[in-house]
Amino acid sequence: MTGGPASTGESARGQTSAVPAIRMEGIDKSFGAIRANRGTSVEVMPGEIHALVGENGAGKSTLMRILGGLMKPDAGHVEVNGRDVTGWSTNEAIAAGIGIVHQHFMLVPTLTVAENLVLGCEPKTRGIVLDYKRAAEDVRKLSTETGLVIAPDRLISDLSVGEAQRVEILKVLFRGARILVLDEPTAVLSPPEVRELWTVLRRLRDKGDTIVLITHRLDEVVEISNTITVMRAGQTVARVKTSETTPAEIARLMVGREVSLSAGKRVQPSGRPAGPQPDQGLEARNLIVVGSRGIRVIDDVSFSVKPGEILGIAGVEGNGQTELIEALAGLRPVFAGDILIDGVDMTRRSVAQRHDAGLSHIPEDRQRRGLILEYTVANNLILGVQKYFSRRGIIDRTRVMENAIQEISSFDIRPPNPVLAARALSGGNQQKIIVAREMGREFSVLLASQPTRGVDVGAIEFIHQQLLDARAQGKAILLVSAELNEVLALSDRVAVMYRGKFAVMMPAAEASEEVLGEYMIGTKKGNAA
Amino acid sequence: MTEGVQPTFTAAPWRERAQEALIPPLVALLVALICGDLLILSYGQSPAAVYRLLLEGTWGNAYGFGQVLYKATTLAFTGLAVSFGLRAGLFNIGGESQLAAGGFGAALMGLALPVGTPLILALLVCMIAAGLAGGVVGAVPAYLKTRFGAHEVIVTIMLNFIVLALLNWFIAGHLHVPETLHTPEIHAGVLPRLADIDPRFHGSAANLALIVAVLVAFAVWFYLFRARGGYELRAVGLQPQAAEYGGISVGRVWMRALTFSGVIAGIGGINYVLGYKHYYEDGFASGAGFLGIAVALVGRNHPLGVLVAAFFFATLSQGGLAIHAFVPKQMMDVLQGVVILAVAMAVPEVRRILRGARGRSDA
Amino acid sequence: MRKLILVTFLLLAVHIALLFTRRNAKAEGKETSPVRVGIVLDVGGRGDKSFNDGAYAGADSATKMLGSNIRFIEPGEGADREAGLRLLAAEGMNLVIGVGFIFTDDLANLAKEYPNTAFAGIDYALATDANGNVIPPPPNVAALKFREEEGSYLVGALAALVSHSKKVGFVGGMDIPLIHKFEAGYRAGIKKVCPDCEVIVQYAGVTPDAFKNPGKGKELALSQYNQGVEVIFHAAGSTGQGVFEAARATNKLAIGVDSDQNDDAPGHVLTSMVKGVNTATFDAISRVQNHTFKGGIYSFGLKEGGVGYIYDSRNRGLIPDGVRARVEELKQEIIAGRIKVPSTR
Repeated sequence: MTGGPASTGESARGQTSAVPAIRMEGIDKSFGAIRANRGTSVEVMPGEIHALVGENGAGKSTLMRILGGLMKPDAGHVEVNGRDVTGWSTNEAIAAGIGIVHQHFMLVPTLTVAENLVLGCEPKTRGIVLDYKRAAEDVRKLSTETGLVIAPDRLISDLSVGEAQRVEILKVLFRGARILVLDEPTAVLSPPEVRELWTVLRRLRDKGDTIVLITHRLDEVVEISNTITVMRAGQTVARVKTSETTPAEIARLMVGREVSLSAGKRVQPSGRPAGPQPDQGLEARNLIVVGSRGIRVIDDVSFSVKPGEILGIAGVEGNGQTELIEALAGLRPVFAGDILIDGVDMTRRSVAQRHDAGLSHIPEDRQRRGLILEYTVANNLILGVQKYFSRRGIIDRTRVMENAIQEISSFDIRPPNPVLAARALSGGNQQKIIVAREMGREFSVLLASQPTRGVDVGAIEFIHQQLLDARAQGKAILLVSAELNEVLALSDRVAVMYRGKFAVMMPAAEASEEVLGEYMIGTKKGNAA
Repeated sequence: MTEGVQPTFTAAPWRERAQEALIPPLVALLVALICGDLLILSYGQSPAAVYRLLLEGTWGNAYGFGQVLYKATTLAFTGLAVSFGLRAGLFNIGGESQLAAGGFGAALMGLALPVGTPLILALLVCMIAAGLAGGVVGAVPAYLKTRFGAHEVIVTIMLNFIVLALLNWFIAGHLHVPETLHTPEIHAGVLPRLADIDPRFHGSAANLALIVAVLVAFAVWFYLFRARGGYELRAVGLQPQAAEYGGISVGRVWMRALTFSGVIAGIGGINYVLGYKHYYEDGFASGAGFLGIAVALVGRNHPLGVLVAAFFFATLSQGGLAIHAFVPKQMMDVLQGVVILAVAMAVPEVRRILRGARGRSDA
Repeated sequence: MRKLILVTFLLLAVHIALLFTRRNAKAEGKETSPVRVGIVLDVGGRGDKSFNDGAYAGADSATKMLGSNIRFIEPGEGADREAGLRLLAAEGMNLVIGVGFIFTDDLANLAKEYPNTAFAGIDYALATDANGNVIPPPPNVAALKFREEEGSYLVGALAALVSHSKKVGFVGGMDIPLIHKFEAGYRAGIKKVCPDCEVIVQYAGVTPDAFKNPGKGKELALSQYNQGVEVIFHAAGSTGQGVFEAARATNKLAIGVDSDQNDDAPGHVLTSMVKGVNTATFDAISRVQNHTFKGGIYSFGLKEGGVGYIYDSRNRGLIPDGVRARVEELKQEIIAGRIKVPSTR
């Protein structure tokens, strides 16, 4: 906990605490039958880092879209620096210094950093010709001022995720933003990148900028913010000073009940089969996967996951985790090596055949892979098992509905409406659909990729419990997560992927964030068993 | 969000869903009508009088109505064909040649069958021939797409030229009745006309292919929304990556979707060949294949919508003939264009594509 | 959504307002003339510089000279041809004309349904029975046919007389009997005045596209001109535009077809073999007006002024007086029946 609330208010602009930078009061916003905001209120003082926390679907993003002029509230007031700006446009919001950094980057990959930054407000010479030199100069200047170091002439497509995010932040600053809203900025970053981001945000705050951080990672909230607004089900439930609260307290406010924050760590499950068959579970032998540019994205990886075991794979994103899971699931061709499920060679088998052999898969990209967003919850709950829900080619709708009702209640999917399109559900509930589908059926091996990404605390706890229960029932689970603590909390053994190889594999009991972190960024290299 | 956990079955309220489905096309229609008003006024005519004439010439009498039904039948087939492909995310521009091939297949079969073949059997065989011919034309781009990744739009467009030229060559060079560009009349498999059932339809080309169109529409609906194949087909169309993840073979679905799209368009050939002229005539399909794209778009890729849209476009076409004396027929072409544009702007799917993928909602 | 509903009502209001402006304008035609004629043009409509325009011109002069009341329909697709004819017949037109052989079946069928209406088909296709005898059209249908070979004969003679190379060219569109008539007459005309002349004959293709392929036309024409041909006669629709283009490029001559095509390559169009669609149309209308209309086959040749060649101020410079006299002489002999022009090759 650095950067306490003490620095609040002593801003460079000398705007003392009297006038809040943002004041939103009594905001109502509905989408059809769904009420995203119900009388929500938020107050952010200038020069503070304000954390807006809440479960997925609590209405945080909607609130910030209203602030940014992307949406108009049904009721309520929005004030920025004391001025009533309710229902303004995006252009007005930008002009007034609001800058929103979205969760999903909105950069043109084929343009350079500088070109992306000046897009829409290009400095021009002689009327129409873009002045690249001046643009690059401006970008460099801003870059050194803020500590967001990035070469202006690099192509966006060549940047890492963390770098791309820096560009996003630079972009809003470039347009003169003094109030920054960051929507889940750390979801895609590695621990070192997160630390860098914090440094930048603190520097901006000390410069007098106001920062709103949307997140549901409580450790981050506690580490970086000065004040916290907690939202639940579209309503503001609390506004607290960070120094006066605890993570457990925030979690309780978010979910509305007590939450255990450390998933039942390595408690020896009682139901664990005594002597698993040696060839049961998942096994990969000398696996090589070649990526689109002919590079080995998985380079000779061998491992096995036994029944009743969770093998956790950590690593900075883009080191082959995605490709490994896709290869195991049958979604990506294998160049060499073997994949065995319960001792049967599945290397050349289709997705459906692996499925039938007992492989379940929680994919990392739930919105593109895991769900068909236009389909109803009920129909999404049979994706991949549709053939078991049909007779002579016709879908048995009664059984689909029965299945949906059962899964909705046992996995607490909200709203509990089987005929709602999956698109209408919050991220956490979308993830629950996938978990319900993949874990609610017979399976022996589970590939769980980023199972809790972008999911709220309550759902994280629930999903973790599901994984542990499955382990207790003798399932073999391969867990890939960008969250080191998640990997450490759940796994029996931990491996770190670095550049397509396992840099290390060790029992989780012997691992720690520090040790794994070094393998993750490649400063320490080892050989996996 | 609701706090209770009791499962509820209501989707969005009915009224809202109906509004969402109907208002955009309605706006599009009104925009088109207003454009029509202005065009008619520019010719110094009274819009009310011209529209009245248009309605009288189409829905106002059995003959006109029959003509509308006849035109709607072909458009329903090509519209269904296009929408079936679109549901799988594939754009079949080959309706033109598939329809022609279907008609040709039906005519060949009708010529080959001996006189006195039982009607039902002859009809069935001719229809199968039509579907097969269309399906073969549809299968080519399907195969090239799944095997080599060739874009179906390019392939179907090019195939239009090839197939139409081939048919042309067959007809002009080999099968035509002298001094014409059509085959001899078929011996068997003639579909009864509506006029045979109700004499008031006398003279109109409407025939029982209409029933076939409705049946095909129902079959398409059932397949898309009730069968496992349809579940998989729509999944591929909506999110191919998710479909792949769900163990669905995307290539196989593409193959199926384009081939059957061709089959549907091909069966459309019976309307002209078995129902109307009883011979294959070069160029009979001209325009209907392309108009099918508009029909699918306006009908929002739903079989029922396609039927309605086909009826609507048929009315415009026949109505254009009825008001021909007072405004040029090009006015109807302009109106058609306006309707397509307006609907394209109003339909949410299209709007979404136009907007591009925006960030996902957290709300 | 609420906004959209508002927009809907707004648009509805605008529409209704527009609907009833100009209430007094009547959507009705003039209903005074004694003879009412309906003409269904071929797909392609007016502006084709050929059939449809010819029919229009004939109808136009009928309106001016006879006061006929004429309505045109341009069909949009195949099924509209019958619908158009039917519409006109049902309105009680005295004469309904279909422009193009493609109307043959529809005319034959409708003629039976409307025995009191006169029908006429330009280039009406006559079927033959098993013994090769021509089956006559229904009694109220006039089949308006042209003896294109006669006109072709004259332009063939003309071409042979003005060229010095003893090589004359022909570019046909689609390789079908209809075009063979042009070729046969042309060839016969050439041989008549120049028995040792060589006739180079080429067709653009075997599909209807051969009538609309100027690129191919130019290619064929250029190769003929390069072989020493000085005059080419085209019977190839818009493919002929390529022939004109080649004539212009090589400074040679070409002969147009169907209508006076001088404008397409001024100075390079020796003449045009014109087909009197206008004459035939006018003739049919005037017969109805005079109550002398009868069904049957009407053949238009040189005698009836149904075919001919252009000789006017614009191409007079290209045709020496002696040549003109010789061609006119041949024309009289054909009219008199002393020369029989073949219609097949």
